[in-house]
Amino acid sequence: MSHALIVPILLPLLAAAICLTGHRNGLTFQRWVSFLATLALLSASVLLVASAMRGEYSVYAIGDWPAPFGIVLVLDRLSAAMVLLTALLALPALLYAMGGADAKGQLFHPLFQLQLVGINGAFLTGDIFNLFVFFEVLLLASYGLLAHGGGFLRARASLVYVVLNVVGSMLFLAALALIYGMLGTLNFADLALVLPQVPESDQALVRTAFALLVIVFALKAALIPLSFWLPLAYGAAMAPVAALFAILTKVGVYALLRTSTIVLANAEFTANLFEPWLVQVAIVTIALGTAGVLAALRLSVVVAYLVMISTGLMLAVIAVPGVASAAAIIYYMLHSTLVTGGFFLLADAIANERGEHADKLERGPQIRDPTILGSAYLIVAVAVSGVPPLSGFLGKVMLLQSVSGSPWRLPVWIAVLASSLVVALALARTASVLFWEPITDEPRPAYPPTSVLRNLGLMALVAASPLLTLTSGSVSGYARAAAEQLVDRQAYIEAVLGAAPRIIREQRPR
Amino acid sequence: MELIFSLGIGVLVACGIYLVLRERTFSVILGITLLSYAVNVLIFVGGRLMIGAAPLMLPGRTVHADPLPQALVLTAIVIGFGMTAYVVALALRAKEESGTDHVDTVEPEEGPR
Repeated sequence: MSHALIVPILLPLLAAAICLTGHRNGLTFQRWVSFLATLALLSASVLLVASAMRGEYSVYAIGDWPAPFGIVLVLDRLSAAMVLLTALLALPALLYAMGGADAKGQLFHPLFQLQLVGINGAFLTGDIFNLFVFFEVLLLASYGLLAHGGGFLRARASLVYVVLNVVGSMLFLAALALIYGMLGTLNFADLALVLPQVPESDQALVRTAFALLVIVFALKAALIPLSFWLPLAYGAAMAPVAALFAILTKVGVYALLRTSTIVLANAEFTANLFEPWLVQVAIVTIALGTAGVLAALRLSVVVAYLVMISTGLMLAVIAVPGVASAAAIIYYMLHSTLVTGGFFLLADAIANERGEHADKLERGPQIRDPTILGSAYLIVAVAVSGVPPLSGFLGKVMLLQSVSGSPWRLPVWIAVLASSLVVALALARTASVLFWEPITDEPRPAYPPTSVLRNLGLMALVAASPLLTLTSGSVSGYARAAAEQLVDRQAYIEAVLGAAPRIIREQRPR
Repeated sequence: MELIFSLGIGVLVACGIYLVLRERTFSVILGITLLSYAVNVLIFVGGRLMIGAAPLMLPGRTVHADPLPQALVLTAIVIGFGMTAYVVALALRAKEESGTDHVDTVEPEEGPR
């Protein structure tokens, strides 16, 4: 077990290095390296989940420096599930990309693997500066992937996305500087220990520092008003890239969840940091995302707005602390990542068959195989809008139940249910335009050749929601156990720092 | 010394934000650079300001500077530099693709502002 924890970071890093040094050997070589590495990553993360399932924390001290002086990686049920989710999303996205998208630019595979390094690192780390570093790794890779394929739209989206995220990184650093300056540590568990001892004169500054941190995470999660980059960027990215990006907003949600339960909840003056605003802002995010779904002119932009709605749903519930809400968020995170990822691939598969109409929501030529693509669309649309019987419905029920004790119950319920209804209607309208109203009096464009790899990737992600529904008993049980472990701060602190941590700190000259 | 430092950081941040909000990519890049300078200095100050104190445990020395912010600031400088280089490359690419250096990649309509 000892070194298994660092495998999800080292493996893609190694694969990226091999792809990069060997990229003169041609695309086939890179594809094999990338594919085998992702497959190995999937098996490694299954093993990690199996070991985390027992409910113990595994702590890996990098370089064997003990926490809080060294950097630690911490594996619990939640981080293991997130690492597995990343691999489950990455493999189909990679298969789809290998169907041709990766040949449209250079260095797709090294960037893809580096993206996985960043995502897995962000999920596993137990140190907040290390979290920043992994955020930067995943951002840098995502800058490259977003621009992959070239073209005016992607250059334009990249410029907005990159500038916004660079400024976000500056805010992150400023928050870290303040946190280290005030608390003298950057380890999550140690921060939780130090926080209640902050003298009252310093509390305002510490609170400000954490508020800055929350703003950065909200930017990554795409919470209104920091979410206008999302439809632009995700709508412009290539389909397999956009599918992988479906998990990037979840990294922000995960960071918020982790910080709020481990650190912020530990002291009175930071515990109420979300209270006065988060639910309201999340409801506005849901409303604007829903309006975006109605207003979008392209299917991939519709899906981008669906990603934004899912952020709103999860953050509306994060504001209500507790095991039930954390469990609901974890379950919904698994569902919505896989389903929206699959939807991005599906939008591209539909666009491929419509010639110059692509994924624009207008009447176009007949799709070659309307039964198969139509059924896939039906499954994904039912899952994403939360209509019974698929996993979206179960996820939304869990979310709604978890806020039932909160004073914000009614507004959240209305927002979630109204948004589900509107999304279902909008997706039905879209389907009828795409599948049922073909232009028959024009010559059809030549269909592109079918690609087995692409179909395989697409079907794997489309099947995710039915599979999640069939296994919903065990998955929601796992989510519940993960949530219980997540809110148990003392166990986390003990696992990282030892049972009775006595950290000798030198008094700073004031 | 604290006053000078905080004034310096404040002025850098103010100029950085102003430049980031400008409409040409070149000013935006300058703004990002200024912001990253400000943040780097802020991290450095996070270890408290001291004169004549080395970040080393030398025999006979009782006052030490905190070495950790110096390591952090090194990481931040490297990452900030890499990011800025990427933004420059991207801005050139966007200029090439669209023919304008406006941040919206569309030249605004001429007329009264």
